[in-house]
Amino acid sequence: MTLQEEFKLPSRIESVDEAALKADDFAKKSGLGDDFISSIDLAVRESVANAVKHGNKFDESKIVEVRLAKSSVGFEMSVRDYGSGFDPEEIPDPTNPENLLKASGRGMLFMRAFMDEVEWENAEGGGTIVRMVKKQ
Amino acid sequence: MSDINISERQAGDVTILDLAGKVTIGEGSVALRSAIRRLLGEGKNKILLNLGSVGYIDSSGIGELVSSFTAVNKEGGSLRLLNLTQKIQDLLAITKLLTVFDVYDEEAEALASFS
Repeated sequence: MTLQEEFKLPSRIESVDEAALKADDFAKKSGLGDDFISSIDLAVRESVANAVKHGNKFDESKIVEVRLAKSSVGFEMSVRDYGSGFDPEEIPDPTNPENLLKASGRGMLFMRAFMDEVEWENAEGGGTIVRMVKKQ
Repeated sequence: MSDINISERQAGDVTILDLAGKVTIGEGSVALRSAIRRLLGEGKNKILLNLGSVGYIDSSGIGELVSSFTAVNKEGGSLRLLNLTQKIQDLLAITKLLTVFDVYDEEAEALASFS
């Protein structure tokens, strides 16, 4: 059986906490363990923060769409923004020595570190969708 | 309610900031930035950040630790970290920042390192 939930959030910082609370509720309802939930929490916060900040650029007329699902595979999550898109390959590796002291650019690294699969794609109609899977 | 509480103690010429709560995008990161700027403005540039009661930190918070580190270095001072939780230690390891920060488990040892 697949449990699923979708919600939309405005492009503001407070949406990061809101998304994390909803994901936490969903994960608990789905019977996931604490370590699993901790990874999901970090991934949802980083992905929604990216959508609000870099995707929609805090434009409150643009929404962030979040979809959560729990299946036999594990936990799946997608986050969509309505920004101008980006190429993940062009994002500098924050662990390269020349980037270590940069103040930003570590969110994607955290998402990749705590989820088993992470991929970004250009959404039909504009914006970016990041899809993440944490296998059980 | 505030996401983060920052209290200040002085041990000789070292200023200890005890952080409690969340250092995340928005309020938590801004509060840390403001506290560091204020200390530098007061000429206090030997700073020990006690992170033992930080329950949560995200990439923005990690970025703020890095910004604080570079801001203090620019002023000829030193910023060091105390009492990392396992989670923060994991995040600093993933980002390879454990090679950048001086990290201590004991306050006395951390204070001695400044002299």
